[in-house]
Amino acid sequence: MLAVSPYRQPAAVPILQRLIRPAHDEPTLPVNPNATPAAPRTADPKTSPADDRVMLLIERLSKVYAGGFKALDNVSLEVRRGEIFALLGPNGAGKTTLIGIVCGLITASSGSVRVDGHDIVRNYRAARSLIGLVPQELTTDAFEKVIDTTAFSRGLFGLAPDPAHIEKVLRDLSLWDKRNSRVRELSGGMKRRLLIAKALAHEPEVLFLDEPTAGVDVELRRDMWLQVRELRERGVTVILTTHYIEEAEEMADRIGVINRGELILVQETAELMRRLGSKQLTLQLNEPLSGIPATLAAYQLELSEDGHTLIYTYDTHGERTGITALLGDLSSAGVRFTDLRTRETSLEEIFVSLVSSQA
Amino acid sequence: MNFRAVKTIYLFEMARTFRTLLQSILAPVLTTSLYFVVFGAAIGARIPEMGGVSYGAFIVPGLIMLMLLTQSVSNASFGIYFPRFSGTIYELLSAPVSSFELVLAFVGAAATKAVLIGLITLATASAFVPLEIAHPVWMAAFLVLTALSFSLLGFILGIWADSFEKLGFVPLLVITPLTFLGGTFYSLDMLPPFWQTVSLVNPVVYLVSGFRWSFYGAGDVSVVASLAVVAIFLVVGLATVWWMFRSGYRLKP
Repeated sequence: MLAVSPYRQPAAVPILQRLIRPAHDEPTLPVNPNATPAAPRTADPKTSPADDRVMLLIERLSKVYAGGFKALDNVSLEVRRGEIFALLGPNGAGKTTLIGIVCGLITASSGSVRVDGHDIVRNYRAARSLIGLVPQELTTDAFEKVIDTTAFSRGLFGLAPDPAHIEKVLRDLSLWDKRNSRVRELSGGMKRRLLIAKALAHEPEVLFLDEPTAGVDVELRRDMWLQVRELRERGVTVILTTHYIEEAEEMADRIGVINRGELILVQETAELMRRLGSKQLTLQLNEPLSGIPATLAAYQLELSEDGHTLIYTYDTHGERTGITALLGDLSSAGVRFTDLRTRETSLEEIFVSLVSSQA
Repeated sequence: MNFRAVKTIYLFEMARTFRTLLQSILAPVLTTSLYFVVFGAAIGARIPEMGGVSYGAFIVPGLIMLMLLTQSVSNASFGIYFPRFSGTIYELLSAPVSSFELVLAFVGAAATKAVLIGLITLATASAFVPLEIAHPVWMAAFLVLTALSFSLLGFILGIWADSFEKLGFVPLLVITPLTFLGGTFYSLDMLPPFWQTVSLVNPVVYLVSGFRWSFYGAGDVSVVASLAVVAIFLVVGLATVWWMFRSGYRLKP
């Protein structure tokens, strides 16, 4: 039971390889004998209001910009009605291009997009009527009043004025007190909420949030997450892009990881977290080992090539991590160590390695 | 047809005008008054009658055209350039609005403002010189058609421009010279024969001439030629806008 090779690579990579492996190819993550299976941390797909109806269907979508830059490469994706879907990726990954194509801001080079069955090119009116878009940049009319610019957005979508709805939207986003202020007088956080209010003014069924909490403080971010969840409760499908892993983890039912225009992974958040929620204990040994003692086989330890380092990977979601038992067994086996440290294989880390492995 | 969207954008654009109502009215009133003090009273007193009307009265149609052209171009170009510049264009492009509806709303609003200013200029002029309008219906038609054509040109300019410098470039370097050389302040027959011929390629000559005809029943070129030029202008403008939206030129990468 010698596990040698993976150690020389960055710690996250073995997990990354397991991560990309197809689901039927399990078992994957090292499970320690004492741990119980991890409970899903975020929305359980069974209890979420998402149904089987496909709200957004993207098929083989590619975008090559005039300069030759390939922003999207053959992306296919299905988002179900009532789902919160997070598109996670670094800057320049193609997130905004993807949203831009769906919303009609960018022309696709090839492929197709349907929103609730309506093709975004042939039947753009029906498709766009269903969509609300909150752009990444704080792009607002500086001189308009908050209430006017929100009502403007509703009119643009061809809907009759509905002051009650506008009031509700502004109240929900704590902007009602500011309704008569000029937009330029608002703070950054308020402008962000105003963009959401404008996007909700026409009662969309799909809401696109492009980096919704960029530049928003922690408290406001929590508020915003709450609001997005409320929208979902009302059956609105939410697609957000983010490079905050915490945000994706906190809110999304499913996460798609995108990099260099390719969708590398789409998975239920709970499943992703279960797979990723592992931690590593690294022990620097007094004396090098030539192999892992048989009494320690159950821990699935990894031994470095020079025999000086032992690595134990355990599930942080488990009730027990098995560390106490391991240390006891190490002592019985006569293995002594000079130093120990633990590190989390965070989603952040996995993400970075997922992305850099493509480079 | 998303009429409500057209109305929403149109009213939004008009609100921008009415927010700055004072400047919108004051500027043409002041400019027109200055022209009349200088050209009408000071210089005009020493110029003999032209085609049976005083020089002051003669320049009225040209002056209105000058205002109409510059206002149409600047209103329409600013109207569409500013959302591009500020980024709020995302909302227009992602709404269930066709390109025709967008053009209708933006060009309609810019032309409306230009016509209003044209009428204000006319009213101001009437305070300085006695005016007669021989063909009021044709005058209104020239006013509206010219405002529409040049608002369309402004709209094209607003999509083409990628900086405020370029936005100011066309009105300053193209529209103003064409208008001044378009017979605003003189009759073509006052020019040497060679320059008379050159002037005939200037579209503004036809607009001013046609407009002057609607006032005084006489112009430098035939009224049919004037109408034809306006019509050609309108069609070329529409075709260019149609191509811009179809290709996504400067709007959709």
